[in-house]
Amino acid sequence: MSSILRRKPTTRPIRKRASTRSSQDSLRGSKERTQAVAATALLWVLVAAFGFPVIWFVLSSVKPAGELFSYPLSLWPSRFDFSGYATAWQNYDFYQYFRNTMIVAVVTTVLTVFASACTGYALAKYSNPWLKVFFVCILATTMLPTEVILSPTFLVIRDLGLYNQLSALIIPSVITATGIFMFRQFFLTVPDSLVDAARIDGAGELGIFLRIMLPLSRPIIVTLAIFSFQWRWDDYIWPLIVLNDPRQFTLQIAIQSIVGAENVNWSVLLAASVISIVPLVLLYIVFQKYVMGADINAGLKE
Amino acid sequence: MISQAAAAPVATAPPLGAPRRRSSFNRYRLAPLILISGNVVLFALFFVWPGAIGFMYSFTDYRGIGDADFVGLENYRALFEDTAFFAAFTRTLFYAVMTVPLTYVLSLAVASLLVSKFTRGKGVARVIFFIPWLLSPIVTGVIWRWMFGENFGLVNFLIQSMGGSSVLWQSDANLSLMVVVLASAWGGMAFNMLLFIAAIKNVPTEYYEAAELDGANSWAKFRNITLPGIAPTSFLVILLSTLGAIKEFAMIQALNSGGPGTENNLLVQYIYRSGFQNGQVGYASAASMVLMAILLVIALAQLWVNKRRSANR
Repeated sequence: MSSILRRKPTTRPIRKRASTRSSQDSLRGSKERTQAVAATALLWVLVAAFGFPVIWFVLSSVKPAGELFSYPLSLWPSRFDFSGYATAWQNYDFYQYFRNTMIVAVVTTVLTVFASACTGYALAKYSNPWLKVFFVCILATTMLPTEVILSPTFLVIRDLGLYNQLSALIIPSVITATGIFMFRQFFLTVPDSLVDAARIDGAGELGIFLRIMLPLSRPIIVTLAIFSFQWRWDDYIWPLIVLNDPRQFTLQIAIQSIVGAENVNWSVLLAASVISIVPLVLLYIVFQKYVMGADINAGLKE
Repeated sequence: MISQAAAAPVATAPPLGAPRRRSSFNRYRLAPLILISGNVVLFALFFVWPGAIGFMYSFTDYRGIGDADFVGLENYRALFEDTAFFAAFTRTLFYAVMTVPLTYVLSLAVASLLVSKFTRGKGVARVIFFIPWLLSPIVTGVIWRWMFGENFGLVNFLIQSMGGSSVLWQSDANLSLMVVVLASAWGGMAFNMLLFIAAIKNVPTEYYEAAELDGANSWAKFRNITLPGIAPTSFLVILLSTLGAIKEFAMIQALNSGGPGTENNLLVQYIYRSGFQNGQVGYASAASMVLMAILLVIALAQLWVNKRRSANR
């Protein structure tokens, strides 16, 4: 309020009234101001602590290789040098890893969204004992994460003849309890009368789902698509156990293979890591409101 | 509800009843089965099958190739006598005990500040807090490895320029785990923060207004209104963080590869090494079964605690 008064020359009575009110509230006001200053300071200390590692990391990636280790370290690069990026992209085959990861993430996401929508709709809008059993099965999968079935999963992939193929990353990841729950929750809120009306008009069961229900669930589709893309993009453990051929590597295991080398090439490692985060950053900038507003309470982390 | 809708036309048109009912019965049976068929197949292939053979192999000496001989509980006996397994197990618990409270406090503090009426610049702050969520565990590990490098890291440089001597962030096992704890709290904060923000906003404002009339200060309001109001979310956050900490793998792999040596090998790394690097599939399966038991116990224990608490209130 005081800033408004300062900016705008106002008539005398208003200013007078404002000043008497503020003197009445001065005790409370000053206490609130102290609290505001303290809280804001704490917030921005935390912001600095959380933001700084990323800034340091990104700025380091554009330093000339010699400057990375020369003391005294400086935050700002003496000149911007993108040779680490070029080396990572070309000599270290990161264009290939990028492509592999993109294929896996996009194809899996499309299939996951469709399969989860189908299953979620069936679980929400039909009732028969088999569906109830399957619902319990899906619940049970949350207790059986990949980490628990590491070596048996490898044997299954090998016996299915999928070892060393990108499809070994895609097919098993299509089923997700989180996605199914998200769609089931959504379709439970869609009134049954809508389904019945379509039935009376003679629509087939699958037609109702494809032409009416699926388009209705657009917000869930987008949210799950973003999550699924991120899960697959960031996944490390699954590609680690089913891929051995470097030509099929995804970004995460390619980066880890640089980290695991005898002498870590930090210039390439930092550049490669920055490359790997670009798509997700773009995705979140475009779809910000879907994620920030999403009711992630229902979602289990994967 | 669907069977009722189907029954209605049957009642009005008895002559058509019998065939009509059978066709609609099939229709309502068949359509959902078609819809779930894809996921049923995937469930059978990638959960039932590996789950079943994992359980079976845990009683054998299978090594990935050749025959699997039944050895009874031998793997489990060896497991409990293996000091490396015991070390990985205790290290994992130690890690969880440190990282879960830190993550919880940080995310709740940040969420409270982001919904507080006292703070300025919330929009920008929120975006910055959100950034670590966009980084994969591997990249998070790389970033923290880069900052805490022993001979080249920024942190040691700052310590030295302030007159200290460089700290052994990589070669001291406890300090190394400390860095992992910090990195995991840093990386896991954003997700929990979003959960807390939603929960805090759902606490009815009337409670705060009433407390204000009674002259309660901010801390009293937080302690007596916010905390009980967000209890279900707190429960969820603690459960998910604990399960996540027990399953930690990728981030620590990039940050210090479970080192120095094998001192910071956590459970999943232990399973991975015995199953894939040493080829002891049977033995690794037994270790996996123990991991699953731990995860189950944690989930059930926390559910039980939650139930008791809500019953007492």
